[in-house]
Amino acid sequence: MAQRALSETRTAEDQAFARSLAARHFRGAVWERFFQAAIVIGIVALLALMFNTVNRIVGLVAVQEAIHPSEISDVPLEQLSAEQLAAILTERLPSGGRVLVRDGLLGGADYYNANNTLTMGQFLPDVTLPESVASKKLSELQPEDTQALFVAAMDKNTLLDEVYDQVVGRDVVGSWPLTASLFNRADIEAEIAADHPNATLQWNSWLDLQFLVDSMSNTPADTGIRTAFLGTIWVLLLTLLVSFPLGVGTALYLEEYSSGNNWLERFIETNIRNLAGVPSIIYGLLGLAIFVRTLESITQGRTVISAALTMALLILPVIIINAQEALRAVPPSIREASFGLGATKWQTIWNQVLPAAMPGILTGTILGMSRAIGETAPLIIIGAATFIVKDPNSPVSKFTVIPIQIYNWAKQPGGQYQDIAAAGIVLLLIVLLLFNATAIILRQRFRRSLSA
Amino acid sequence: MTTTNGATAIDLKSVKVFYNDKLAVDDVNIPIYHNKITAFIGPSGCGKSTVLRSINRMNDLIPGARVEGQVLYHNKNLYGDNVDPVEVRRRIGMVFQKPNPFPKSIYDNVAYGPRLLGIRDRRTLDEIVERSIKGAYLWDEVKDDLKKSGLALSGGQQQRLCIARTIAVEPDVILMDEPASALDPIATQAIEELMRELVKQYTIVIVTHNMQQAQRVSDYTAFFSIRKAEETGGQERRWGVLGEYAPTDQLFSNPKAEETERYIRGEFG
Repeated sequence: MAQRALSETRTAEDQAFARSLAARHFRGAVWERFFQAAIVIGIVALLALMFNTVNRIVGLVAVQEAIHPSEISDVPLEQLSAEQLAAILTERLPSGGRVLVRDGLLGGADYYNANNTLTMGQFLPDVTLPESVASKKLSELQPEDTQALFVAAMDKNTLLDEVYDQVVGRDVVGSWPLTASLFNRADIEAEIAADHPNATLQWNSWLDLQFLVDSMSNTPADTGIRTAFLGTIWVLLLTLLVSFPLGVGTALYLEEYSSGNNWLERFIETNIRNLAGVPSIIYGLLGLAIFVRTLESITQGRTVISAALTMALLILPVIIINAQEALRAVPPSIREASFGLGATKWQTIWNQVLPAAMPGILTGTILGMSRAIGETAPLIIIGAATFIVKDPNSPVSKFTVIPIQIYNWAKQPGGQYQDIAAAGIVLLLIVLLLFNATAIILRQRFRRSLSA
Repeated sequence: MTTTNGATAIDLKSVKVFYNDKLAVDDVNIPIYHNKITAFIGPSGCGKSTVLRSINRMNDLIPGARVEGQVLYHNKNLYGDNVDPVEVRRRIGMVFQKPNPFPKSIYDNVAYGPRLLGIRDRRTLDEIVERSIKGAYLWDEVKDDLKKSGLALSGGQQQRLCIARTIAVEPDVILMDEPASALDPIATQAIEELMRELVKQYTIVIVTHNMQQAQRVSDYTAFFSIRKAEETGGQERRWGVLGEYAPTDQLFSNPKAEETERYIRGEFG
């Protein structure tokens, strides 16, 4: 050992030193192992999560049709005209197709119940309807009316999809995770043969393009996440639009303009720090009381803008605190140089301080947005829709977001709902990664422009 | 070196500086002569930088700093009611101890001051940038690379860039706060030669720790020293005062105050 070579005399003192040195090295090594173990545990947990989700998304499904297409039409369904498809729907569906009108066109049971008194023309102002149809309420529709309504409101492909979904009734009667599909295929086939003799087994990935572009449906196999995906994008963009200028503005005022000496400013600073730790559900209650109820005339209630304002409040402390740290980290020499050349305070802030602080400000914004993207509790409180087929298209649209959709699916009984929830989780993670990647690239660009 | 009094560019009259109501520098009276280099020397903590920063109101940026007395510039008190510190700093530029170029290109560093004044015309800016960098004797080293970051230059080049940046707004007076203390001897020599050139057009005030440097470059020298007093409670209170002010030759060859002589001989520092 090294210490033996150095201490030739081997006095008692040398020996004590050698012993204590070994003990000191040992203590360090123990801690090093501990830190390594922490990383290994983290990686294992992450891999387990990824395996669990992917395992759910890809696998075998058993598909069964209620009626074979040949029983409905002599020619393949694809060759029928829109009128013929609409006639099939009216003929084969319960209540002469009125249920499909309610759920497919009018936005579901809630919408219908609340607006039972409106006529078709009032419900669907964008669709050109024959006068005989437009003046009727839902309960007054005759089969020929629903048929005309279907032709007017849906194109041929939508009608075809509806025939397949509602009449032919392609139904997924069983699904199996990836591991079972790969290693237990014989058992699955035996189970299918016993329970669903007409069903066929096929490979399926729940996360596919169809999942992205389809809107919600009552059957898990047909459902998609488009509405929730667009809802998330809307809420996030509006949140960013509100919280970034407000947060950076607050930080600028507190750091650059206020003296920080009077009790009010100290009170504000302390409370911004406290607010960063307030549970998100409390922000939900605040949003419900202020944005949904009090300001209903402006926000129209449970809408995208109410959600975005609540989220903005939620992430403001994160943005403010990080922006303050970033502004404080700007070297005083840069400010002095700017002031020394005769710059005004604003010129110094705009030309020197803000660009230098921008990487840090963006880091805070990334943190805030990452939090907003996954928040569910406050949005449940302010009342994101649980079932919605209409895409959000303005700040006052009804909406839902991906995490809420995942939650709704995950709490449903039945295996396939768990599968699409897993698909939703992966999509949420992808959106999160894309968002963060954009911000990191922006930050790097700022940083590069600042360094040599 | 002339010892006759030329026109004064700046007149410090009974200047006192306080930080949070604690006296930092007491009663400084110095006339600073036009187109001369005036050096401030003295031990650490004597307040020479504080006085320098009170000349272009950089002390305003420090919370709790307060200046009493008068700093006369063209017979106008810079601490008068209707004086805008932004204008003061545009007339009285400053070069700092540590080279502090902006994290921008060489061109943008020099063009920063003129742009603050609202000059946008590309050709005018090009002219100002070239003239200023030439004025700081940096042109031959950077003329092909004006787009390069100012931070990519060596320490001495950075400091000359900072000087070019300062003269780009054509101030009357340039304050230099130990401009060569972070530089190697060769870069220091370049800065000193540059100062001798610049003084033909500008009035220069320099704070330095280096007595040889003061001797080499300055025309007038102000020596600052420290006063101490025991306060109630056993705490020591220290503040700076002007020890002696004279033409440089005279101050170094024939100091009037005994304290100045001891400082010059290196007995304390």
